Amino acid sequence: MAKVLDELYYTEDHEWLRVDGNVGFVGITDFAQGHLGDIAYIELPDAGSRFAAGEVFGVVESIKTASDLLMPVSGTVAEKNDSAEQSPEKVNADAYDSWLIKIELEDMGELDKLLRADAYTELTKE
Amino acid sequence: MAKHYDKLIFEISSDGKEGYLLPDTGVEGDFSKDAIPEELARADEPVLPRVSEPEAVRHFTRLSQENYGVDGGFYPLGSCTMKYNPKINEDAAAMEAFCGLHPCQPESDAQGVLRLMYELGEMLSEITGMAQFSLQPAAGAHGELSGLMIFKAWHEKNGQADRKRIIVPDSSHGTNPASAAEAGFEIVQIKSAADGTVDIDALAAALDDKTAGLMLTNPNTLGLFETRIGEIADMVHSAGGLLYYDGANMNAIMGYARPGDMGFDVVHVNTHKTFSTPHGGGGPGAGPIGVSAALAPYLPGPVVARSGDFYTLEAAGENSIGKVRSFYGSIGVLVRAWCYIKTMGGDGLKSASETAVLNANYLKELLKGKYKLPYDVVCKHEFVLDGLAEAQGGVRTLDVAKRLIDLGYHPPTIYFPLIVENAIMIEPTETESLETLDSFAEAMLRVADEAVSCPDILLEAPTTALVRRIDELKAAKEPVLVWQG
Repeated sequence: MAKVLDELYYTEDHEWLRVDGNVGFVGITDFAQGHLGDIAYIELPDAGSRFAAGEVFGVVESIKTASDLLMPVSGTVAEKNDSAEQSPEKVNADAYDSWLIKIELEDMGELDKLLRADAYTELTKE
Repeated sequence: MAKHYDKLIFEISSDGKEGYLLPDTGVEGDFSKDAIPEELARADEPVLPRVSEPEAVRHFTRLSQENYGVDGGFYPLGSCTMKYNPKINEDAAAMEAFCGLHPCQPESDAQGVLRLMYELGEMLSEITGMAQFSLQPAAGAHGELSGLMIFKAWHEKNGQADRKRIIVPDSSHGTNPASAAEAGFEIVQIKSAADGTVDIDALAAALDDKTAGLMLTNPNTLGLFETRIGEIADMVHSAGGLLYYDGANMNAIMGYARPGDMGFDVVHVNTHKTFSTPHGGGGPGAGPIGVSAALAPYLPGPVVARSGDFYTLEAAGENSIGKVRSFYGSIGVLVRAWCYIKTMGGDGLKSASETAVLNANYLKELLKGKYKLPYDVVCKHEFVLDGLAEAQGGVRTLDVAKRLIDLGYHPPTIYFPLIVENAIMIEPTETESLETLDSFAEAMLRVADEAVSCPDILLEAPTTALVRRIDELKAAKEPVLVWQG
């Protein structure tokens, strides 16, 4: 059973968002890493890039498939996690410990559109 | 059985050895200095391996023994149509009259091959229901790219250059979105309906004045026929888009249904799947494309034309997307395809599709139960299982595939299409006997039993192959593609 953390926000495309003030950390869920299998590559945007909610901000590629990474909320990238990009196996090891990008949120109202833990757990059961 | 051998020829090279002697050039003076312009001459000697003739022969023979091909055993690789390729094709392609031709030979000296190309185009047109074919594209994906360039040229010609979006279902072959991206389009992926076919509502929602077209296989990647294809074609055309037919699954419908009649505007056929030419592996391939009459002026040129009993190469017109390959295509491959179609005949092709469908359904019925069957309906030439119904010790689809290697089979396609989580995609083709199908089913059922009674056998497989489980992650992350010497 894939791990879901209570304090996070989730997208239907299996990204998670941890919010701290107007700063957010974005990663992929444990469910996502399990389905991808061994991750070979992660491609992340540089600091300063801006993306609207739902836009593709990067790519994750595993032995089985390649998937786009979608922005949970609109924002500007403050930092990318070089360590995850260089050692993608860390995301397989603990998907919630290895965030991918740190962002500055633009509109806290967008959080209402994201899933909370119970709804996301329900989604992954389907 | 051969021992594992994975050396590069450079690794068995040693200085001073020679396996050949070049004849005298007959050119007076220093050939390399006098005959080759200075700016074209290389500064350094080329790095070539030095081996004797027997060493070279043993090297390549041993490498060939590492291979598993359809001439060696059953190869149920879904979506790839690994049918047996009749050896008469090889006889035809090896004829001096074909392989001794020079591409610059005058038309009057090459009437035989021009006639063959003309006839192949006509036969493919008849089989697919299209108006005209180009034999140039060198592979299926190259056919896709060429076809999408025709989409683009057509929209531009009609003043609709802003039609930039290509729609693909989420069950499509990976080459479809990849080719569309390569041709400069944006990709819109639509979800499949619960029955695995195109979701009409999702398609309607995706269509707009930016739609360039829809790419589809029919039957689709699940081996299911898109029965609403007429409606789908009308929707796309009404929205101003075009329809591209990926011919990957053509082996299911020859003589029964034609993409042209379904409303497709551009079609590619994979000669290596449907028409029994060798599968790539880096070698020459062919992915001829056929188009509707309206799109014929956009085909790559030259195309072969016939005037009475004389065949000519007609230069491309002003609307053509231009040449997509040097000269006229992979002729040796096209000879094999022509030979196959001629030896089979119309009734033979129809019967091939019928048997391909029968074989797939036969295997499907034998395997469902111990394997999950997500779409339990009559399939076409292939079907997709959703992994084992029951397993212990964390055994999954990958382990089933590896265990089948131990039992002497090439594994089916796994984890594709992406919409079936634990996909095992099986395509037996028409060329397999009842005995082969029964033996394979027996092996699959044995593996399913082992997954419950002794899962370690699966987790450790393959144990009898020349190599054990390969580190696919390392291969993907740190590929070594050229000699590192």
